[in-house]
Amino acid sequence: MAKVLMKGNEAIAEAAIRAGCEAYFGYPITPQSEVLEYMSARMPELGRAFVQAESELGAVNMVYGAACTGARVMTTTSSPGFSLMQEGLSYIACSEVPAVAVNVMRGGPGLGNIQPSQADYFQMTKGGGHGDYSPIVLAPSTVQEAVDLVILAFDLADKYRQPVYIIADGMLGQMMEPVELPELKPPQRPERPWALTGAKGRPRNIITSLQLDPPTLEKVNLRLQETYKRIRENEQRYEEYMTDDADLLVVAYGTAARIVKTAIVKARRDGLTAGLFRPITVNPYPYDALRRAAEKAKRLLVVELSAGQMLEDVRLAVMDKRPIHFFGKMGGVVPMPEDVVDAMKKAMAEA
Amino acid sequence: MPRIVIDVERCKGCGLCTQVCPKGDLVQMSDEFNSKGYRPSKFVDPEKKCIGCAFCANMCPDVAITVYR
Amino acid sequence: MSEAKEEKIVFQRPKALCDVVTHYCPGCLHGVVHRVIAEVIDDLGIQEITVGIAPVGCSVLAYNYIATDFAEAAHGRAPAMATGMKRVHPELVVFTYQGDGDLAAIGTNELIHAATRGENITTIFINNAIYGMTGGQMAPTTLPGQVTTSTPRGRDTKLAGFPVRVCELVSTLEGSAYIVRRSAYNPSEIRKLKAAIKTAFQVQMAGLGYSLVEVVSNCPTNWGMTPLESLKWLQENMLAYYPLGDYKVKDSVKELMAKK
Ligand SMILES: Cc1ncc(C[n+]2csc(CCOP(=O)(O)OP(=O)(O)O)c2C)c(N)n1
Ligand code: SF4
Ligand code: SF4
Ligand code: SF4
Ligand SMILES: [Mg+2]
Repeated sequence: MAKVLMKGNEAIAEAAIRAGCEAYFGYPITPQSEVLEYMSARMPELGRAFVQAESELGAVNMVYGAACTGARVMTTTSSPGFSLMQEGLSYIACSEVPAVAVNVMRGGPGLGNIQPSQADYFQMTKGGGHGDYSPIVLAPSTVQEAVDLVILAFDLADKYRQPVYIIADGMLGQMMEPVELPELKPPQRPERPWALTGAKGRPRNIITSLQLDPPTLEKVNLRLQETYKRIRENEQRYEEYMTDDADLLVVAYGTAARIVKTAIVKARRDGLTAGLFRPITVNPYPYDALRRAAEKAKRLLVVELSAGQMLEDVRLAVMDKRPIHFFGKMGGVVPMPEDVVDAMKKAMAEA
Repeated sequence: MPRIVIDVERCKGCGLCTQVCPKGDLVQMSDEFNSKGYRPSKFVDPEKKCIGCAFCANMCPDVAITVYR
Repeated sequence: MSEAKEEKIVFQRPKALCDVVTHYCPGCLHGVVHRVIAEVIDDLGIQEITVGIAPVGCSVLAYNYIATDFAEAAHGRAPAMATGMKRVHPELVVFTYQGDGDLAAIGTNELIHAATRGENITTIFINNAIYGMTGGQMAPTTLPGQVTTSTPRGRDTKLAGFPVRVCELVSTLEGSAYIVRRSAYNPSEIRKLKAAIKTAFQVQMAGLGYSLVEVVSNCPTNWGMTPLESLKWLQENMLAYYPLGDYKVKDSVKELMAKK
């Protein structure tokens, strides 16, 4: 298939369509609105469902409803909207229905601004809503990877019957890159005996997250934990870039990782041998792989567009085996590769 | 002969069925208790006045009354 | 003997109502409304194509009683969930069952927008003027002066505002097709309620738009009354503020009803 030049947000939308997404529900918010706008044209022309909801609460609960019928369904939003969706996502996780949610993060907290940010990491990877659930979170750093991961997100959501998130940011959403998309096919549903499609020729189905009896709710929770264990065992993804000889291992994901890659090339020109460890699944977090990579390096530097959220996972992986430095920018400020090179040099200088 | 049968174990003794009978007081509260501790209603129709209109049954939130005609 | 043989059952549990004891308090009209919905499902023969959505409230376990596919929604979100279902499965009959707190407080937004979009879904709205499940706090529909656990001196409209009249509100929305208020305090009202629920489902099946049947209901437990007293209180107090009647019947619905 030939490559086409696409904006990140539009590529995310088209990727969902190619993945067989039958329904899209969303609410406008910058810097994500192009997904909604794109879907508003494409979904009806393909005979698929599209609703511009009254709010992100509405959108996520439409997703919940469509997911209960077994349809492949997606919503997209940006940080304040993702906060509103937490209630529904907790219900979706407990009810064990598949759904895909994309957060094109922007500066926060509060209304913040519309510039790129990675400050929703805690909210996205640690549950966000109430209760013991643990969504799969995929972190693309190029438009092509966003396409690939959106498609993967639908497959993983189906496989594990859990919500799967794409953690993106305004930079990725707005940038244009050439992408290759899979062929357009009519949506196909795998066998979903649990779905609410009318109890014709089978016993009726009930989807509920309410279990008043504690041992029964405990059983649901144990089943969820079993699912998360399988996910941890099978779905960890990451990329290592120039780590073999690296004295400094930089850890970054998404947009930050793009900047770090450029910075690494520059730093190596200055004699600083650095490499990148880039988690692609930020949940499940590739703790073991990072620990192994860290053992090859002398020091670590975590780079994020936040006050240091993934930093905690890096600490969990590496413990006190290596010194861990941090460089972060907040509030929608995006560092230049030179800023990162400076941070790298500083980290190596601090003995 | 129209008649009703009250499932006393299903009855919660709310009394809603006792006020709607067009034939007067064919449905009354019983003096006994069921196994759940509710005082169920009872059908008292020695003169066979019941017309099987099902008003009593329609009022029952617990569908404890079956009507025969 | 011959007489017994001729005897027919003229009233019994509908097929679409599970043969189980409900958790509802004695005399709570939730039970009557459940049964009436099940009767309509039987009459229309739609048990296999119906999906219900239970609310958060006393009827949260409605899925244990009405024998169709069922989902349980987050508090107030049932109309959004129903939208999601119906948009991917227009062939299903999708209904939400919601209390006043669920529908007219936390879920007002979802309700209004499902209605104004003209979603082909049906809402059965149980207005008992109180938060039953959480122990009798003020609901958006609590009457002025009505004592609840959070209006201990009676609802003071200066502090707590005025009760919401849902049918009046929703009927102003173009997408709403059939919006009526009924009750269930006597057999004749129950008969009218059943006819309304049937019409509402038929409106949905004909794709005519959003339908809502409000039921002026009771909560003997939290009203602090016997069941019989509660029906009297309902008639003497609630009906004045919430008059029964048809608030919106679109011409297309009238045509449909004339045909049936
Ligand atoms: C988000 C959220 N807030 C609050 C609650 C607590 N809660 C449960 S039921 C309920 C009120 C229900 O009242 P209503 O909808 O009138 O139903 P009823 O019990 O009267 O039938 C509330 C506030 C909840 N479950 N979820
Ligand atoms: S069926 Fe009618 S007449 Fe017979 S007991 Fe019930 S209400 Fe009375
Ligand atoms: S209405 Fe039903 S539950 Fe109530 S007393 Fe009569 S039979 Fe019993
Ligand atoms: S608390 Fe009120 S609404 Fe809830 S079941 Fe009891 S009587 Fe019915
Ligand atoms: Mg209520």
